[in-house]
Amino acid sequence: MTVNDTEVTREIEGRLLLVHFLRDVLGLTGTHWGCDTSNCGTCVVWLDGEPVKSCTVLAAMAGGHQVRTVEGLAKGAELDPVQQGFMQCHGLQCGFCTPGMMMTARALLDRNPDPSEQEIREAISGQICRCTGYATIVRSVRWAAVHEAGERAKLAESTESDDAGAIATAGSPT
Amino acid sequence: MTTVHERPADTFHDNAQKPVGHGRMLRKEDPRFLRGRGRYVDDIQLPGMLHLAILRSPFAHARILSVDTTAAEAAPGVRAVVTGAALAAQNLAWMPTLSGDVQAVLATDKVRFQGQEVAFVVADDRYTARDALELIEVEYEVLDPVIDARTALAPDAPLIRDDLEGKTNNHCFDWETGDAAATDAVFARADVVVTEDIVYPRVHPAPMETCGAVADFDAIEGKLRLWSTTQAPHAHRTLYAIVAGLPEHKIQVISPDIGGGFGNKVPIYPGYVCAIVGSIVTGKPVKWMEDRSENLISTGFARDYIMRAQIAATREGKILAIRTDVLADHGAFNGTAAPVKYPAGFFGVFTGSYDLEAAYCKMTAVYTNKAPGGVAYACSFRITEAVYLVERIVDCLAYELDLDPAELRMRNLLKPEQFPYTSKTGWVYDSGNYEPTLRLAMDMAGYADLRREQAEKRARGELMGIGVAFFTEAVGAGPRKDMDILGLGMADGCELRVHPTGKAVVRLSVQSQGQGHETTFAQIVAEEIGIPPDDIDVLHGDTDNTPFGLGTYGSRSTPVSGAAAALVARKVRDKARIIAAGMLEVSVADLEWEKGSFQVKGDPGKSVTIQDIAMRAHGAGDLPDGVEGGLEAQICYNPSNLTYPHGAYICVVDVDPGTAVVKVRRFIAVDDCGTRINPMIIEGQVHGGLADGVGMALMEMIAFDPDGNCLGASLMDYLIPTALETPDWETGFTVTPSPHHPIGAKGIGESATVGSPPAIVNAVVDALRPYGVRHADMPLTPSRVWEAMQGRARPPV
Repeated sequence: MTVNDTEVTREIEGRLLLVHFLRDVLGLTGTHWGCDTSNCGTCVVWLDGEPVKSCTVLAAMAGGHQVRTVEGLAKGAELDPVQQGFMQCHGLQCGFCTPGMMMTARALLDRNPDPSEQEIREAISGQICRCTGYATIVRSVRWAAVHEAGERAKLAESTESDDAGAIATAGSPT
Repeated sequence: MTTVHERPADTFHDNAQKPVGHGRMLRKEDPRFLRGRGRYVDDIQLPGMLHLAILRSPFAHARILSVDTTAAEAAPGVRAVVTGAALAAQNLAWMPTLSGDVQAVLATDKVRFQGQEVAFVVADDRYTARDALELIEVEYEVLDPVIDARTALAPDAPLIRDDLEGKTNNHCFDWETGDAAATDAVFARADVVVTEDIVYPRVHPAPMETCGAVADFDAIEGKLRLWSTTQAPHAHRTLYAIVAGLPEHKIQVISPDIGGGFGNKVPIYPGYVCAIVGSIVTGKPVKWMEDRSENLISTGFARDYIMRAQIAATREGKILAIRTDVLADHGAFNGTAAPVKYPAGFFGVFTGSYDLEAAYCKMTAVYTNKAPGGVAYACSFRITEAVYLVERIVDCLAYELDLDPAELRMRNLLKPEQFPYTSKTGWVYDSGNYEPTLRLAMDMAGYADLRREQAEKRARGELMGIGVAFFTEAVGAGPRKDMDILGLGMADGCELRVHPTGKAVVRLSVQSQGQGHETTFAQIVAEEIGIPPDDIDVLHGDTDNTPFGLGTYGSRSTPVSGAAAALVARKVRDKARIIAAGMLEVSVADLEWEKGSFQVKGDPGKSVTIQDIAMRAHGAGDLPDGVEGGLEAQICYNPSNLTYPHGAYICVVDVDPGTAVVKVRRFIAVDDCGTRINPMIIEGQVHGGLADGVGMALMEMIAFDPDGNCLGASLMDYLIPTALETPDWETGFTVTPSPHHPIGAKGIGESATVGSPPAIVNAVVDALRPYGVRHADMPLTPSRVWEAMQGRARPPV
């Protein structure tokens, strides 16, 4: 499979869960293990761009597919706007649910760049946070949405003033 | 006192813009968590590390007839299989609990709750260890269990603790507080007496990270390194030394990043001891990480108090006295984590925020065939139960007198001139100014408008409820003359070193499970010594590298360790003043401190910064006579009293008359935790506790069937609120500093967990008023609310 743009190949047991493959085999411990029953969402990663709970996906099922984890969210030194939003709005405390929350939030914003509070709450409703009471997580995602809208506006402005070429370098938020 | 209405804006804040000291500041610990670089116990991988899994009892009460480990030992990849009998041979089968009882590490004679530890396997990987559990054959003789605490003392009840010499029943302890005769006298002459049976059901903190440990015993060094999910690394180290007989200086307990604690990670669990034994037996590092079901069925539960509350008042609504009788379910072992002299924790503050003439509480605690625990889930040592009791019975009184519950509280709140106030059960409330706090909450809620809206809706048959709760907490345990845990005084140490270039490191005896100590404590020190918080590293959670202290629980970090941090910084500043006087060639009396530098009085141009002083302290130049080089200090802070935060909460709910589903529409929380260090972190602490309150009031309960099977053994069955059950919290604050805390701060970590359940229940009961409901027990699930609407409200079992 491809994990965070790097191809990995391993011999594994057929029953090995994706969460344990990522954590114990690849050492990508940002993805957490919290419940075994798909209720808590601390294990959310992307499988071909879709958020999935990696405690209920066999590693073998991810063979040949694209996996993205929290370690692949930032672009080098630059944090993703979702990560920045969580810091700005105190969207995390103990940090255990945070990677899963951010992966879901990023996926939401990629599909809906301007989600309402209710849409954000629905998007993260399959995940549990015991520390924040969720309000600051919602604010964090809104912060990222507003921040990205601002970036897009800036980009549009520079595109207008700079007749050609800017579009090719713009890129999408993902 | 200042009164401020707070709704923080989501505007950009940059730490570089942050001046020295208190105020909103982004968290220093966030960058590692945001990148998935947190380091939790289960993230630790050591060379050659093995994995441990625990075989647990399927029965609540059964005699162990035999344990056969032959097949498990023969399985490929299995390195060790250990039973209770093997531990007994080393005198390790039982360990002391934090309440002076004993608890089985691995059962030898009987199992006493479902999920109790029976044997463990150490193997090459997690899956192999789990597989091998299936190969252990245990023969049980199933015994009748005691599940309902109300039956525990029946003459024919099965005896649970036959391991205790001479024990003939399931009685755990009796406790009382207050003045029974005086209270009876007040009740005898009161116009109105209201009695209600109120249950605080068994719930579970269920932090997102379960409990676990990595034990690495180095036989050559004779040193044990233990990474464990503990909120109290120093206390655990001492207990391991006492229990296992290992020399204390050869034990290093490391509490790395912790994925939430909420009291669940205060006790020493058998799993930790098993991991240590596993490492000693195999000579390899051993990891034990429980799964969610193990966490829910075997680790520290919370509450489980069956209470009869009585309140006496005048017809005009002057509250005179409160009397209560409590049956406390402590499970199979008394594993409560509370100061020794307080077997019921701080339940004694059940007199609440009101000026009473008398109060009395009588409590009986019993053993049942359920998991041990009791003090957990952000309860401030049982203040959750105390506040729930008083705030529910005050609402019952309002119901009977047909008075507005906010008005009834307003009439009875303690007045500012009564502080310091000694309660009828002997607690000395340090400071408080209650009325403005309740007033602010009512203003934020638009209380009068809400009542009007409710009246209109009632006329249309719609069910809307408004719940009010006012609480006083007692946090920051505690003065060592009164409070200890197994003989360890509840003080906290702090060490501050300022490096030559003026950067600093502060070492704490408490540790963080998400509270943001790396930020808050840097701010406390920064405020005192003038070094920017970004230049101060905060170390915690490692017994080899931090001073001794009792850890983080009961909202004690800021009241105790926060005080230590402020005082150690002042101690360093005092030394810096002497050095500065030498540098400026003036007497110390001629210097004044101006955030970060000492100036000559009347000549502000003549000054030295704390950074200049640090370099001089470490440099080659002369120091004043008698001054040692270096710029560092260490102290141990023993609080003179607890701190008493307070708050006023208002909850608005809508109940669907057709389905009995409760929707929390609004929640207004006004907290007073004294001096506020980082408002952003305080707000976060409050938010989290409010969500806990929604969980306990409406969803969460660890229930059992009559055979003792735990019915809340997974997150499919034990329901925790998500973003859909919780509203956007509305928070405000007042500031009444603590007079005895060096910076006037009080604890805040558990206020909302304490104060929110009664506000929510009061709101639901208020919504059901058209049905004549005066009380209904938590959790107020649709079926339980429906039963209340039909006049069949029942206590939960």
